[in-house]
Amino acid sequence: MITVYVPRDTTACALGADAVAKAISAEAAKRNIALNLVRNGSRGLFWLETLVEVATDKGRVAYGPVNDTDVSALFDAGFLEGKDGHLALGLTEDIPYLKNQQRVNFVRAGIIDPLNVDDYKAHGGYAGLTRALAMQPQAIVDEVKESGLRGRGGAAFPAGIKWQTVHDTPPQQKYIVCNADEGDSGTFADRLLMEADPLQLIEGMTIAGLAVGATQGYIYLRSEYPKAHDVLKSALANAYAAGYLGDNIADSGKHFDLEVRLGAGAYICGEETSLLDSLEGKRGMVRAKPPLPAIVGLFGQPTVINNVLTLASVSSIFEKGAAHYKSLGVGRSTGTLPMQLAGNIKRGGIVELAFGNTLRSLLEDFGGGTLSGKAIKAVQVGGPLGAYLPESALDISLDYESFAAASAMLGHGGVVVFDESADMLEQARFAMEFCVVESCGKCTPCRVGSTRGVEVIDKIRDGKERDNNLILLEDLCETMEFGSLCAMGGLTPFPVRSAIKHFPEDFGG
Amino acid sequence: MLQFYEPQKDYGTPASLSNETVTLNIDGVAVSVPEGTSVMRAAAEAGIKVPKLCATDSLEVFGSCRMCMVEIEGRKGYPASCTTPAENGMVVNTQTDKVADLRRNVMELYISDHPLDCLTCPTNGNCELQDTAGEVGLREVRYGYEGNNHLDAEKDQSNPYFTFDASKCIVCSRCVRACEETQGTFALTIDGRGFASTVSPGQKESFMDSDCVSCGACVSACPTATLTENTIIKLGQPEHSVITTCAYCGVGCSFKAEMRGNTVVNMTPWKDGKANEGHACVKGRFAFGYATHQDRITSPMVRDSIEDEWREVSWDEAFSFAAERMRSIQQKHGNNSIGAISSSRCTNEEVWLVQKLVRAGFGNNNIDTCARVCHSPTGYGLKTTLGESAGTQSFASVAQTDVVMVMGSNPTDAHPVFGSRLKKRLREGAKLIIVDPRKIELVDAPHVKADYHLPVRPGTNVAFINAMAHVIIDEGLEASAFIAERCETPAFEQWRTFISDSKHSPEATESITGIPAADIRAAARLFATGGNAAIYYGLGVTEHSQGSTAVMGIANLAMLTGNIGREGVGVNPMRGQNNVQGSCDMGSFPHELPGYRHISDGDTRSLFERDWQVGLDPEPGLRIPNMFDAAIDGEFKGLYCHGEDIAQSDPNTHHVEAALSSLECLIVQDLFLNETAKFAHVFFPGSSFLEKDGTFTNAERRISPVRQAMPPKAGLADWEATLGFAKALDVDMHYDHPSEIMDEISRLMPTFDGVNYDKLDTDGSIQWPCNDEAPDGTPTMHINEFVRGKGFFAVTEYVPTDERANRKFPLLLTTGRILSQYNVGAQTRRTENNRWHSEDIIELHPHDAEERGISDGDWAGIKSRVGDTVLRAKVSENIQPGVVYTTFHFPESGANVITTDNSDWATNCPEYKVTAVQICKVTAPSAWQERQQAFNEQQQSLLKKVRRQDESSHTPS
Repeated sequence: MITVYVPRDTTACALGADAVAKAISAEAAKRNIALNLVRNGSRGLFWLETLVEVATDKGRVAYGPVNDTDVSALFDAGFLEGKDGHLALGLTEDIPYLKNQQRVNFVRAGIIDPLNVDDYKAHGGYAGLTRALAMQPQAIVDEVKESGLRGRGGAAFPAGIKWQTVHDTPPQQKYIVCNADEGDSGTFADRLLMEADPLQLIEGMTIAGLAVGATQGYIYLRSEYPKAHDVLKSALANAYAAGYLGDNIADSGKHFDLEVRLGAGAYICGEETSLLDSLEGKRGMVRAKPPLPAIVGLFGQPTVINNVLTLASVSSIFEKGAAHYKSLGVGRSTGTLPMQLAGNIKRGGIVELAFGNTLRSLLEDFGGGTLSGKAIKAVQVGGPLGAYLPESALDISLDYESFAAASAMLGHGGVVVFDESADMLEQARFAMEFCVVESCGKCTPCRVGSTRGVEVIDKIRDGKERDNNLILLEDLCETMEFGSLCAMGGLTPFPVRSAIKHFPEDFGG
Repeated sequence: MLQFYEPQKDYGTPASLSNETVTLNIDGVAVSVPEGTSVMRAAAEAGIKVPKLCATDSLEVFGSCRMCMVEIEGRKGYPASCTTPAENGMVVNTQTDKVADLRRNVMELYISDHPLDCLTCPTNGNCELQDTAGEVGLREVRYGYEGNNHLDAEKDQSNPYFTFDASKCIVCSRCVRACEETQGTFALTIDGRGFASTVSPGQKESFMDSDCVSCGACVSACPTATLTENTIIKLGQPEHSVITTCAYCGVGCSFKAEMRGNTVVNMTPWKDGKANEGHACVKGRFAFGYATHQDRITSPMVRDSIEDEWREVSWDEAFSFAAERMRSIQQKHGNNSIGAISSSRCTNEEVWLVQKLVRAGFGNNNIDTCARVCHSPTGYGLKTTLGESAGTQSFASVAQTDVVMVMGSNPTDAHPVFGSRLKKRLREGAKLIIVDPRKIELVDAPHVKADYHLPVRPGTNVAFINAMAHVIIDEGLEASAFIAERCETPAFEQWRTFISDSKHSPEATESITGIPAADIRAAARLFATGGNAAIYYGLGVTEHSQGSTAVMGIANLAMLTGNIGREGVGVNPMRGQNNVQGSCDMGSFPHELPGYRHISDGDTRSLFERDWQVGLDPEPGLRIPNMFDAAIDGEFKGLYCHGEDIAQSDPNTHHVEAALSSLECLIVQDLFLNETAKFAHVFFPGSSFLEKDGTFTNAERRISPVRQAMPPKAGLADWEATLGFAKALDVDMHYDHPSEIMDEISRLMPTFDGVNYDKLDTDGSIQWPCNDEAPDGTPTMHINEFVRGKGFFAVTEYVPTDERANRKFPLLLTTGRILSQYNVGAQTRRTENNRWHSEDIIELHPHDAEERGISDGDWAGIKSRVGDTVLRAKVSENIQPGVVYTTFHFPESGANVITTDNSDWATNCPEYKVTAVQICKVTAPSAWQERQQAFNEQQQSLLKKVRRQDESSHTPS
């Protein structure tokens, strides 16, 4: 029987994947063809969604982007035999966008059935956990340290050091919390991973539990990801059923429980301390640090809180060893970072590369330039709080240190592209406005400063005391950067200042 | 002590309790502080002030205002000094150009959304925002004032005591945090986010409609004019202050009476007060208006009979009038025909004088006090078992308790400031056992849930406490080593045999107490094995026919589990009135000289005789109920009733009224023409706690100073009035100041040996015993041995009360307190507290209500074996079927018309907590209520006439 793959992830579905799947089933029935339709996760080549794949002797052959109206023609063109023709892209593996990636986190994405534990295991899944179960907790922590893994949520703090702190804090009820509140505009790597390969995250969190002595984990998922929620719930149930969660993990006698909790629609709850407040059932408000969550975290207990990609990476670190992971990347930026191409870009999607490629190569070789065809004016990397980079800066290396040196940040790897029609004053204003809407309201620089920021930028736009207001805006940026309690207010000046610096003409200069 | 008004010093963050010390350098000064201290507090301790707005040392650090940024060598950025712990070797600069710029810029943001009306603002001169803006040198707001703002936000004036002006709010959350951390009510929250964040009571309710209990913690915490006392808004800022002690409940909170001249503009809880540590409740904090209420009587008055109009007279005339009558009664009816009741609301010194007047002047021992009707069983029970008639702990001890048992006490209503302390400990994880027929607030409050609520049937406390002890013996959970070392072995063995009898098992007594046996077993195990266990009990234990037995049972339980003699454990009677402990200590009992020494003891008596230069009667005198009986029998004719309203507060009102009507001379000393005064012949106008010097002793044996804030309205303080009366009786008593009375107390009471006013000024307060063995007082009693030597296990046989439900009286009435009203209500009814509770109501279970066709708000007639009254009904599931509940804050309620003469076998403490009643729906007041109303109107008119004359002749008071 022929196997056909139609993705079930959020992006593909938004582009009509459900209709395509339905049309394929209907068309097959009409033609009396028996086929096995698998709803896989996406390969992350979103510009080709809905990307339909057919299993052939030569491998999986891709067709896309497919609309439900294309289905009949695909049948006519013999796509079930993997024939060339209508929308045919050849072997999926050979599509350069995919072929040229160095996939670690997304190595199984789109290939396996996300909910099938056996499928996951057949593709290397749970090998890492099996290894970790034979190790002492300290050895597990050491291996994470050795890998050089750094937090993928944005701050890039070494994961092993965080784990060591939790490991060393006297035995109490410890927790593993996964920050799956992926709220940055232009980011979707966490979502795709949870939808395409959720067991990787579950495995990584289980290993984290073994490492620090935590028996309970929570995935804090943003409520805007209903599909990811469904997938995670099913995947968790399947992992329990297969004996990989609960009080006797893989017959080891070791205990780890994991559940998923939904957020309530606040961006600030992606900030780890607000997330903990929210997870405790409170209003999500930023906590002052110290104490660190590693010592006083969820319900006041020692807590590992890491991003989805950080915890997922642990699975492959244990599957293939720290040395292998460390062999990828440059300097202190080890491993890979799944970049997410969005905004005005021709080929949007996930591009997972070892650290060290250039931004220009990412945008041109993978992204294919702007969708509008106009010249790139600015690129915002790292979410709405990331700096705007001008075209002249695109040769920057994609690693944490290079970005920090350029007063920018790699963050969670989101890349949003703007062409020459963009008004950077409006973008700076948007940064402040975003802060107005999403500030938790605890600290003054963020609560009041963002509102004043919008007003000052409006005055600049209207030419009211432009020079004085630019000075005031800079003072405000400094106050927010140094005075804010968390990164929300602290980083909002980055897009504002970079817009002023690189595009003074948009500010009447 | 009198001092110029200044805000209490605020260190910004709470003190660290660590024993480790760290040393750091702040602005070139080496500072050593306990580990865990914030940089902000370390600086404050070194006298360096870092600007701050959201930080205050009564609340956990928050870190939101960002005014306290500093530079720390080797650290990136500008850490907030409040959230940064001090570390060894740290080098901190609190004043650099950069932090100055940042602070000024943050302040500029604040002021860009703040009204510029400082000169007309109620907190002008006492505003942390104003002060801090000054400190950081803000000179202009470059953003202008036309931007988005909250200046048009509406004021919430729903609360009678304070105003919430949201236009002045800086969203520091101090109010929200105070409501959570200090008070534990969780009534406030922040609504909205970002710039739209606003303080919201409940879900955008008004303060009055929300869960707010008006404790004032938020008002005290507010650094701006957003939450301001209405008295401050009306009168302006104080110019001096007097530290004194609250005259409401037995918690004994310390306050700063903040004054303008002789006018109190604010009562601020005093941070250094050990009983309350800066917290207060709606009564002490706000309900002080009674002290200047128009109902105050400010001139002495006399009359020949209670049918006559009152005549205003001079003090001297009143004294001679009273003295002549009392002396002539004694001549006619014998030495024992007069007596006095001392007041638990007055100072120790005043109580001392009243009992001295009786013993040395009346020549008998007819002295009793209102403790008779509340905690006399505590005195008896604890004296018998432990050797001292007092609680064993400080309030602060609860912070180290792991298992709390609250029995017959409702701290969040009756002792709210301790209630908040207790809730804090419960939020930290202490376990809670509640023994109460009602579902009191602690059973299920925000972030507090009782592990066990044992709804004991009224009147069966002893059966319950025996069942607890039985389980502990039965399951071998007793603290054998403690018992062997600290307690009398023969008594324990005898008690052990007694308690082991299976008739005391929870299974056997389940049908008596109504508590499932399994719950008692589980609670007993928790109590015996859960770590430090402490018992807090109230009148729900004492006011029973077996009140003393239950107190002894409680002491047994504490000894049995080794929970006595250290912090975090103990037996804690929750005293009702401000100076119940003190009035008992001061010898207000007919059988005991001060210090709980029996009058028949020759050595003690001769000690007093030598000091007072007078012979003392060795025979005990009359207790209050004996006085009533003797009055009705015609043997007792004269009573000096000092600051107590027996006509309203004592049980079986018919009986009390008959007794009072039989007196030939009733002298009442009080602030108001209370119910008792309506039967009086002489009225000595009393002085409020604001009008005199003295001391109160709270439930933790803490002697705290009461200091005069304004002159006595009637010209004499209570102690002076008693002295004047004594002089008219030719009794030799002379003191120029209450401190001299304390010197006499200290001379004659070994437990007060080290107490004097100088020491009180230095230490703030002292917990007795204070003597050579304990020069700084005794926070925890019975540490190495019991006061009586070895602890005594008293056999506590359960004897059911005679007051039983039957077909005619099928329900059991129990009485209690409510937060906003206090005792007989003489004070609180004359304040805005009536806004929360304007009448007494009868609560009954829906099942009992439905059977009787009674709905919420209906008039319910309540009939007992001795009387009947009518109250409005409230149907509530907080009460179990078969039990009904009311309060007695309003005289017209007649709650004590129903209560009976039953009393504790040992002390005659009335059985207020158990009265068998029947309830039915009615449409008119009871006959007693109609009579009471008529009598009240008559007495008011007899008073009004004199007052009108007073107004027209402008007689100075």
